[in-house]
Amino acid sequence: MTSIPTEAGACLPSLTNEPISRTTLALFAGGSGDHNPIHIDLDFARQAGMEDVFAHGMLSMAFLGQALTSWCPQADIRSFSARFVAITHVGEQITCSGKVKERFEESGEQRVRLDLWAVNADGDVKLLGDAVVAVE
Amino acid sequence: MIDTKHIGYKLAPHTVDVEKGQLRLFAKAVGETNPIYLDEIAARDAGHAALPAPPTFAFSLNLMNPNPFEFLDLLGVDLSRILHGEQAFRYHAPIYAGDTITIEGEITDIYDKKGGALEFVVQEFVATNQDGTRVVEMSNTTVVRNPAGGDA
Repeated sequence: MTSIPTEAGACLPSLTNEPISRTTLALFAGGSGDHNPIHIDLDFARQAGMEDVFAHGMLSMAFLGQALTSWCPQADIRSFSARFVAITHVGEQITCSGKVKERFEESGEQRVRLDLWAVNADGDVKLLGDAVVAVE
Repeated sequence: MIDTKHIGYKLAPHTVDVEKGQLRLFAKAVGETNPIYLDEIAARDAGHAALPAPPTFAFSLNLMNPNPFEFLDLLGVDLSRILHGEQAFRYHAPIYAGDTITIEGEITDIYDKKGGALEFVVQEFVATNQDGTRVVEMSNTTVVRNPAGGDA
């Protein structure tokens, strides 16, 4: 059973994570296996022409995934994709939201397509995504 | 510019164990609060065989590889020049702690925008578990920054 509404235009409850700290980035580098030093080593980031380290795109996509699994059982998710629109900086706080775009039938089951987005506290878009979820 | 002759290149397959400690560290890093991703008993009570891997974890399994940036070496791209452009997952079956996942991948597209200032490398991956069940397909798009405006 899923609690996802199925009418087009329905909004899903937003999820706001803790602000991203350098500790978050260190833990996520270890937890996610993405050891690219640009996210954890200030010296490396500066040599690469960045002012500071910045968040892994996949950290915000993981936040979006958390929002998804707060809305429906993971087993109902058929696909999930995201486009990384802007870099997320240390100190930013990400809010993930979603809205039902359409309901349709595919592979013999009822599905909804969700529009997803992740923004910072100023509303600047960081990720745009979509997911297809099976519904009753 | 990255040579488009690499389109179709098959990346070395690799096999990785899904470790529950790794899943817990991932969950901690993202501030997960749903107990099924943190607590084996809660996961079992919810009908799971073990701790489940969250929706984006297959990307991480792909990085838990002796040479996760093999394609950058192949293409002659420096790690400091890349950004993540897009990521997509198509799910077929769950991944659980204790599974052994084999990932096979291929470079499927290379193209540029803004006169070569940005180049894009698309890789497609298929992940299969120890029973031979296809669990997920992934598409990773990497952006390569060429600050000099191409020809880097």
